[in-house]
This record gives sequence, structure tokens and C-alpha cells, in this order.
Amino acid sequence: MKILVAVKRVVDFNVKVRVKADQSGVDLANVKMSMNPFDEIAIEEAVRLKEAGIATEVVVISAGPTQCQETLRTALAIGADRAILAETDAELQPLAVAKILKAVCEKEQPQLLIMGKQAIDDDSNQTGQMAAALLGWPQATFASKLTVANGEATVIREVDGGLETIALTLPAVVTTDLRLNEPRYATLPNIMKAKKKPLDVQPVAAMGIDVAPRLKTLKVTEPPKRSGGIKVADVAALVAKLKNEAKVI
Amino acid sequence: MRNDREAMEFDVVVVGAGPSGLSAAIRLKQQAQKNNRELSVCVLEKGSEVGAHILSGAVIETRVLDELIPDWKAKGAPLETMATKDKVLFLTEKSHIRMPTPPQMHNKGNYIVSLGRLCRWLGEQAEALGVEIYPGFAAAEVLYHEDGSVKGVATGDMGIAKDGEQTAQFQPGMELHAKQTIFAEGCRGSLTKTLFEKFDLRKDSEPQTYGIGIKELWEVPPAQHQQGLVIHTIGWPLSTDTYGGSFLYHLENNLVAIGFVVGLDYSNPWLSPYEEFQRYKTHPAIRPHLEGGRRISYGARSLAEGGFQSLPKLTFPGGVLIGDTAGFLNVPKIKGTHMAMQSGLVAADAIHQLLATEQSAGKEATQYPDSLKKTWMWNELYRVRNVRPSFRWGLWGGFAYSALDTALMGYAPWTLSHHEDHSQLKTKDQAHKIDYPKPDGKLTFDRLSSVYLSNTNHEENQRCHLQLKDAAVAIAINYTRYASPETRYCPAGVYEIVGEETGAPKLQINAQNCVHCKTCDIKDPTQNINWQVPEGGGGPNYPAM
Repeated sequence: MKILVAVKRVVDFNVKVRVKADQSGVDLANVKMSMNPFDEIAIEEAVRLKEAGIATEVVVISAGPTQCQETLRTALAIGADRAILAETDAELQPLAVAKILKAVCEKEQPQLLIMGKQAIDDDSNQTGQMAAALLGWPQATFASKLTVANGEATVIREVDGGLETIALTLPAVVTTDLRLNEPRYATLPNIMKAKKKPLDVQPVAAMGIDVAPRLKTLKVTEPPKRSGGIKVADVAALVAKLKNEAKVI
Repeated sequence: MRNDREAMEFDVVVVGAGPSGLSAAIRLKQQAQKNNRELSVCVLEKGSEVGAHILSGAVIETRVLDELIPDWKAKGAPLETMATKDKVLFLTEKSHIRMPTPPQMHNKGNYIVSLGRLCRWLGEQAEALGVEIYPGFAAAEVLYHEDGSVKGVATGDMGIAKDGEQTAQFQPGMELHAKQTIFAEGCRGSLTKTLFEKFDLRKDSEPQTYGIGIKELWEVPPAQHQQGLVIHTIGWPLSTDTYGGSFLYHLENNLVAIGFVVGLDYSNPWLSPYEEFQRYKTHPAIRPHLEGGRRISYGARSLAEGGFQSLPKLTFPGGVLIGDTAGFLNVPKIKGTHMAMQSGLVAADAIHQLLATEQSAGKEATQYPDSLKKTWMWNELYRVRNVRPSFRWGLWGGFAYSALDTALMGYAPWTLSHHEDHSQLKTKDQAHKIDYPKPDGKLTFDRLSSVYLSNTNHEENQRCHLQLKDAAVAIAINYTRYASPETRYCPAGVYEIVGEETGAPKLQINAQNCVHCKTCDIKDPTQNINWQVPEGGGGPNYPAM
């Protein structure tokens, strides 16, 4: 069984981002970029399935500029077998990425497409769902446990108020939640070996896919500054404030 | 010997991807290409990426860059702002006097840069030449051959919990063996420290003396931005018995780099370099540069100020020291990058020659110091050797001496000595308390909101990388005698005294805040704090410092 894992290069989670002066977006100049943490969980899960003898090959794909190769190398160091970069400098929105994934799935024919439930930069939480719809595959989002046996995947999903267990026939799309696993470190020997693994660069322009953005960003602003808290004398005062000032109860 | 670690052989391993280490790596590959030789060069960097731990002013001379990569302009090196105007101000509390710019401080032809960005670019140049760079991996241990020569380094283990137990994520470190290992760790390198001891490299040198530099990057309204302006100040808010001063550089894109350096031989345990920096920004000559702007980055790093007489022996069997871990910094010029790079070049040439001979593993590259002594750099460093130590006579004494020294062109027949920074503290009762103003949240800030902007992060569940040799000393000596100076000199709020109100004070170490400046390792009065590398990738993530 082949698994395709989609990874995104995003602003590193340690970076405190700041909005550009013209409000057109977040300033990315000189900022550290790394793999979307949810996608790291996706890679880890795929590699574990391979180590368990369930998967035979783990292919990792990313879409974006040349620098995404670094992200792919990290995935290869964690244990993916080979990588594909759908290269473009254009802005890619979830629908465009889903279309690229569809094209690659049609060519690679994986049984499972795994990716993070969302990326920590735009928090869209759309790509997995859109890819499943375009491919006509079943989908299990927010996975916190994944078992694959007899051509079927059983997924425990994190839903509001509890856990939901569903079964999917393969091929299927799974998006990962935080509790699925704790990814391993990419070790130095594995990073060295990853340099020699195959990485295939395919220009998006040659794929014949319309990746034009459908959404327009009007403006980006920083969240309002949090004002300082106050101490209340007793519970009654707290309730009164919640009722009359905050108007939340 | 550990048998759970993988090992890999290289011709040369470089510890640290700063200006010296990258210059050495580039030069080695250039020499190998010129001579049609295969040469494997590997660079380890503890920061999460190249440049993540680099912090400097910085106004740099390009003479070594010109030699190393003559077409740096065409290759897109991030040198965008030429220094156009130099000002030196003497500050009093309310006013300032413009002073004549000392000859060493003329910056005509120099560039105002982000050294972090420059290093990132140097890293790209190195990789294009085939250098293997591995950021996110800290060299944690020096490895030795049986004959005592350096065999290489090992990276730290990952996934060791706070309690010292292995977690499920445990991964052993890796050994990198090399014919020659270049230590380019920057000021107060933690491995260099062990090498000093192992090979007694400091036996003929004066003690090293240091400074701590704290820096912020601001984005200011275009109307008050003057690209190319360079301002240095001395005087207020420091008292005349403390060595230090400020820098303020107007870079490109409405950016202003501002910072403050305090000599770590200061004597008042109540002094806080961080608070001095904060209140310095409120001076009427400085405030207008920042007002209405926003602070976008913060960080700190120590620097070696001992100069010529504090240089250690630079070579030992199997390896060399280059850059600021050796202590190449011209104090009156307040520049070290050109010297760090130069030392890297000269060391690379010597190592390249040595590797051409048979049986070069574990040999000593003595050609490196010999050649270095013949370059401009040795003379430059020699001639300014007395300036920094003359400030032991206070600001005015230092001025008077420096004037004399300038007249002598640095060729005085004597050399002034240094003392160890950690031995200079008075006790808390011998010195006056300093009352620092509260931060206003606009121009001045508290420590924690500052550390936040350094993007510092350490994996939480790991062994504390700041080890006390004797835990009791923190209270018995540091607290009782010096009022815990580490709570003030640490620019990142790592050290905290808790439980004072209950009468049982305890030192709490918030190691995850550490910005790797190494000040505690230098200034702790009994040298009780030992700074070791944390898990690779930890520490600040400076975008462009």
C-alpha cells in the first residue's frame, strides 16, 4: 500500500508574526519557516504504518516555492521514501492545493492521502476535505487514531463532545489531529541520508491546473490588545460583572 | 566510549555557523576547488537555522568579504546600507555633547547590516560550494583520540527528560569525526571552555574580559528615518566607573538597530544592563529616533573585549579556535566581524595545507597563528590593546589614556593587563542600590515582553542546560552576599528568586527563556553557573539581528 502525505511550509510556530504596515498580510521577510506541525504528525503516522508493515511506500508532496524542498527533506529525514514538489511562486489557496493533490493522486494511485487537519498559518482547514471531494474518496478528518486492515481504515475522530469512530473504504483521505502521535526527531544521520533520497520537482504551470486564487484578502489586522484584568471582591460581584458588563451570562 | 552513536567521517568539521565558521568553510572549499582536491566540510549550528543565534550591531568593514567573495554584490549579499554619517555623543542625564569621532570609529565605506542576514547569505554561498550545514544540532562534546588529540565532536542526545530519563522520543547524538575540527562557537564557547582546560590554552594570556550587548530592532515612521546614520554614545545612564555605551544605526526599510553594551567587569551588583538599556532609550537625544515606531525584535549576546593580550593559544592537536570564541574583537573600533572572518580564512588556508600532507589527522595547524601574525589583523589588534584596560581608571582616565595611546599610535612599550570579570563585584552593602524607572510599554519594556520578541523556545522536557556546580551557593553566596546579581544581569529573566516572602528564598532557573548570551557563565561571582548547550534547535530565533 502506498501512502501520499501532503506537507506545507509555514511560518515556524515559535515566530511571533507581525502584520505588514500596509495590512496586506503578515511580514515574512527573514522569518523562520518550517513544516506545519500537523503535517509532521501526518508524516509520522505514515512512517509508522510503513514500519508496521502495512504501508510499502511513503511519498511526500508539497506545493509552493523552491524553498519547500527543505520542508520535503525534513519529511524524508523522518522516514518518507521520496518526495514531489509541485513548484510555483504563485499564491496557493486550499482549492488550488486540493486540485494539485487530485492530479498527483491520480498519477501515484495511493491508498491513503494523509495531511494535517489545518495549517498553522491560515488555519483554513479545507484542503483535506476539498481533495476528498474532488477525488470522490471518503474522508476522516481530525483523526486521533488510525488503523488500517483489510482494505479498510478505522479512524477515531475528535469531535465536539467526544470521539467518533468511523470506518472508510480505501482509497481515502485522513487529516490528523494533535493527539494522533508525537512525531520523532529528525536525527542527524537521517537528515544526511535524506539528502540522497529522490526529490522530483514538477512545475505547477505544466500540470494544466487552474490555481488562480478564488478568495481576495481585504486586510489583515492584529487582534486587539488585551486589557488588564481586575480583581473582584466576591462571587456576587463577579456574577454581576459577567451579567451586566461582559453580558456573557 | 558509547556504542549507541553513529559516526561519520569528514575532513573538517566546523562548530558554529557564524561569520568566522562560514568564512572558514567557504575558504576551505575554494582552496580545494582551486587545487582539484576532494575535501568534505561539515558545519554544525545549534540554532534552528543559520542566523537564528546571530546578534550584532552591526557596522562592518568589507575588506575580508571582498577577499573571500569579490563579487558579493552581484551575488546579492545583504549589504544594503552604506554608513554615511558618524556621530559620537557624550550623554549627561538631560543633555548631550557631540564629541569628535575617534579615528578608529570613522565608518566611511562600511556597511550597516544585519549580521544574521549576512550569515544566512554566507551559508547559502557555502552550501553552493558543497559545504554541508546542519542547523538545529548542537555540538555538545569534544571527542578525543587515544593520544589526546581532538577527534571531532558529538551532537547532544535528544529526548532526555528533565529527570535525566530517556523519553519515547530519545535519539542518541551523532559523532562527527574530522582530521581537523574548527571551533567557531562565538564568545565564551562552551566547548572552547573545556579545550582551554584540556590543553591549557590560556596559560600565557591575560584573563578574558567581556561585555554584554543587548539589542532591539525597531521599525520607525519614515519621516524620522535617516538611512546610513550611525550614532554611538557614552556616558549616561552608566556611572563613570562602568565601561559601556550604546549604538544606534539606521538601516534600510525604516529599520533602526539600537543597543547597549556594558563591560562585564562592572562592580555594582545592583546594576542591571537590561534596565540601563531601557532607560538609555528615554534620553532626549535618543527618544526622537524611536518615538512612534514599534519594536520588532529583541536579543542579547556577550562579546569578548580582552583583545590582544587575552588571546589564548589558537591551536592544539586536531583543531583550532577562530572568531570570537578566541576573542578577536577590536574594542575601540567596536568591530569584530572582519577579524572573525579573517581568522577563519587564515585558519582555513593553514588547515588546507596541513591536509595536503599525509597523516594530517590529529596534527596541529601551527601555520595558522604563524600566518595570522603576519596579517594586518595582528597589528590592528596589537595597537589597540591598551585602550580597553585603561578604562579601569574610569571613563575620564580611559579617555586620557586613549588620547595618549592614539598619540603613540598604539606602540606604547607596555601592555596593560585585565582582571577576571567575575572577581570584580562588590558586595551588596558596599555598593549603592540603583533605582530603575518602571517601563512605559511604549519605549521601554519589561524583560518578559522583550524575551517574547526573541522568539526563544526550548523543548520543555529536557535537562536544564544551566547547571549549578553547587546548588547551595545560589543562596549562601549569591543571594546573601551579592543580592543575586544573576536576576539583574540576565537579559532574559532566566534567574528568579522565589519564596523570599516566606523567608526561604530559592533560586528558580527558567532555562527555557535563555537567549544563549552566556553572561551568567561569565559573571557569576564564584563561577558556579555552567552554561551547556541545550537540545539542538533551542534558543532564540532571531529574524535579522
